Amino acid sequence: MTLLLFLLRRAATLVVVTLVSSFLVFSLMELAPGSPLSFLLGNRSATPEQVALVTEQYHLDDPFLVRYGAWLGDVLHGDLGRSIAYKQSVTDLLSTRVTTTLLLVGYAGIIITIVGVGLGVLAGSRPGRLDAALTALTTGFLAVPAFVSGVVLIWVFAVQLGWFPAFGGGHGLLDRLRHLTLPAVALSLASSAYLARITRAAVQTQQQAEHVETARSRGLQGGYVMRHHVVRNSLIPITTVLGLTIATLIAGAVVVESVFALDGIGSLLVQAILRSDFVVVQAVILVLVVAFVLVNTLVDIVYTMVDPRISLTAGTGR
Amino acid sequence: MSALTTNPATAATAATGRLRPRTRLRSAAGLLGVPGLLAVGFLVLVAVVAVAAPLLAPADPNFPAPLEAYASPSGAHLMGTDALGRDLLSRLMYGARVAILASVAIIALSTVVGTAVALVSAWVGGVVDAFVSRVLDILFAVPGIIFALAAVSVMGPGPTGVVLGLTLGYTPYVARVVRGATLREVRMDYVDAAWLQGRSGVAICLRHLLPNLRPLIIAQAVSSLGFALIDLSALSFLGLGVQPPAADWGLTMRAGLDSALRGHVGEAVSAGLCLGLLVASVIVLGDRLSKQAEERA
Amino acid sequence: MSMLTIEDLRVRVRSRDGMRTIVDGVTLDIGRGEALGLVGESGSGKSITARTVLGLFPRGADVTGRIEVDGEPVLGASRRSLTALRSRKVAMIFQDPRAHINPVHRVGDFLTEALRKHLGMDRAAAARKAVGLLADVGIADGERRLRQYPHELSGGLLQRVMIAAAIAIEPDLILADEPTTALDVTTQSEVMAILGDLRRERGMAMLFITHDLELAAATCDRTAVMYAGQIVECQSSRTLPDRPLHPYTSGLLGSRPSIEAAVRRLPVIPGRPVAAFETGAGCSFAGRCPMVEDRCRIEAPATVRRTEGAVACHRNEELVGALPSEPTVRSADV
Repeated sequence: MTLLLFLLRRAATLVVVTLVSSFLVFSLMELAPGSPLSFLLGNRSATPEQVALVTEQYHLDDPFLVRYGAWLGDVLHGDLGRSIAYKQSVTDLLSTRVTTTLLLVGYAGIIITIVGVGLGVLAGSRPGRLDAALTALTTGFLAVPAFVSGVVLIWVFAVQLGWFPAFGGGHGLLDRLRHLTLPAVALSLASSAYLARITRAAVQTQQQAEHVETARSRGLQGGYVMRHHVVRNSLIPITTVLGLTIATLIAGAVVVESVFALDGIGSLLVQAILRSDFVVVQAVILVLVVAFVLVNTLVDIVYTMVDPRISLTAGTGR
Repeated sequence: MSALTTNPATAATAATGRLRPRTRLRSAAGLLGVPGLLAVGFLVLVAVVAVAAPLLAPADPNFPAPLEAYASPSGAHLMGTDALGRDLLSRLMYGARVAILASVAIIALSTVVGTAVALVSAWVGGVVDAFVSRVLDILFAVPGIIFALAAVSVMGPGPTGVVLGLTLGYTPYVARVVRGATLREVRMDYVDAAWLQGRSGVAICLRHLLPNLRPLIIAQAVSSLGFALIDLSALSFLGLGVQPPAADWGLTMRAGLDSALRGHVGEAVSAGLCLGLLVASVIVLGDRLSKQAEERA
Repeated sequence: MSMLTIEDLRVRVRSRDGMRTIVDGVTLDIGRGEALGLVGESGSGKSITARTVLGLFPRGADVTGRIEVDGEPVLGASRRSLTALRSRKVAMIFQDPRAHINPVHRVGDFLTEALRKHLGMDRAAAARKAVGLLADVGIADGERRLRQYPHELSGGLLQRVMIAAAIAIEPDLILADEPTTALDVTTQSEVMAILGDLRRERGMAMLFITHDLELAAATCDRTAVMYAGQIVECQSSRTLPDRPLHPYTSGLLGSRPSIEAAVRRLPVIPGRPVAAFETGAGCSFAGRCPMVEDRCRIEAPATVRRTEGAVACHRNEELVGALPSEPTVRSADV
């Protein structure tokens, strides 16, 4: 019952946030210099038919709010407009590319969770040289942007060693994963380092915690105490950070997809901006914002499972 | 009750103010530690190079010499040349200017705006604060680079849109952190005492709260500087920020990608190292400052 | 044969200013089924002493002396025998159950953890035993409590859970580190009563750490008083409240509020308590002692075994029966 209520509340928030952000994204067009028509056309010379099409589709003759309402109605029906540069429906453009981005972010997310939490626990539980070395290593990786590590990875593993392809998405699941390995590694390096630092700090704090002293005083073995008390309780800060990290990954995909010439929605966004294809820009940004809010909601739900002290009814309390 | 009369921050500054400059320098060095000192050293080096690039650069960063493309490091070109035969070292030196100027502008702007929003929100409280904190929570979930992409899509590719967008994107980070700290600070006795002495809200915010929050705000700003540097050069890398033929690390990296595929890794490695070392220095310094701000609180 | 023997225990811990002595030559002995109260102010080293019995001390601590539980040495013991000690022989009850019980696991997990790990019980059997244990500490609806999380229970209930967890492994010795300090007054007496009854029923020995001299004397067979890392006095709880042997004990007794004698202002022991590393050459209490003599400042007193009890004071002979045990009313205060 409380779970249902909680989910309803979160869903309501989700709807409100999405509405507000859709309004902001739509208003972007108004902020641009020049008339919405020329902006939408990207300052291209257009045939009268194109002008009529865009005018009709965006209800450019109507007042702003009416235009927004009409656009929102279309979006809710799955119609995100028609790309002027690609001469294709935006929904179709997106649907083929979303999978690539999801695979990339998912792949990187798995790497980050394993490497980040693993290294963090290792560093946090073994003070001394290993900890110092790992801390230096994570500071280093934290400072390397994804596009730098991407280029280095291409040079080493694609150009020099030839183990992985430098570009493209591949076909079939296995081939796709092979193509996505270097991009996923590039995307996950900095975030893994960040998560490792957070995990290390949490593990160190938990090892000093009183309840861990209780567990030791009861003769429970080191490995068991580590898993069931130290790492288990460290999951609380880790979850908080993981949510932000996944949002960062989605944004990072924009860059990484461009480095590795992957057909994802990130590289589509960059192309659309460069080609002044505003209809596509609007759609992709909307999709990204909804993704961020969804991830946040998911993290909030996971959070209540990780920390029983946070009640479902009292909101997140983070 | 000593909190009524002494403001910890002013007491601390008064204490350090009495120290002789040399002692003060030494105590600062002690607080930073070896990694912190190395970081500060590298930051100073980059800043000097950026300011004095026209004096220090061995060649014109934009002078092309197609016949000398991809020259190896030599007396004439200490770090070799790029695909167009331009002197790589000179381009990196001029690139430091863009990186530092733009990232500092982003952080300065977002810190001022974010701090103002946070102070007003936390001080006024009630509905205003509830609303502001909700909005911040939502904006916080959206990475800064998305704001920059939106800004660039409206204003067109170029540094102006990028700086404005990233400023907008970084403001919620600042505001959230400062708001949290302000709420803790407002509960302190000295604020009540100042209030009872008849000080105005603005005066308390500026004369008492702000000085106490300063270490935290500075630490936060330094830490964010690293992320701003990364986002900034990423946008140039994507072709949405600084435009060619200007010298910029992100652009050098983009050219480095094409060169790497042709077997020349010099540009990518050198620009990547410049960026990585600068960001690492900023992160190390930010960590140190955060630790000190925490210990103080 | 005694249950717990501690001989000349010294503990030094690492700090910013080098190694600091926290426990400075503690010697004590607890018989089977006997309860010993160890009384001292915060920083006197009493909690560290209790933890050392389980081989729990901070990283880099320097521990010397001899500790034996049931004849088995603790210091320098192998990991295996330490585990055996902690899992079967000795159980500890901590001061703050809110902090000392993992907040993310259910009460049932906490109670059955040791049963499953050490006694090899399956989940169902351990749960049945846990319900029984909860009944023993006066919690009737055990089934429901097992499914609850620690934050859903009051402090008093939670401390009973901690006691139930301690007796679960049927230990021979219980170390209770201020088990009632974090609780409110009415709950304190309930928890103490439960602890006392269970201990007597099952014949468990107890080292009871507290800062409350009266509580120790009321609950334990013997009471030891600790000051600056040393035990200054130890005698039967029956005689201690009326016939303190050490001026510090006398001061503690004198500074408690009393119902019978209405005193305007309670006398206090002048000065502040010191830790072991702050003491000089002489008696550690010399700086605050009303009975101080010249030699107290120069030479540390040895512990003397008298018929009345053990005491570490140069003037013990002349002070027996002469030290006040009630608040002394000074004319200036009236």
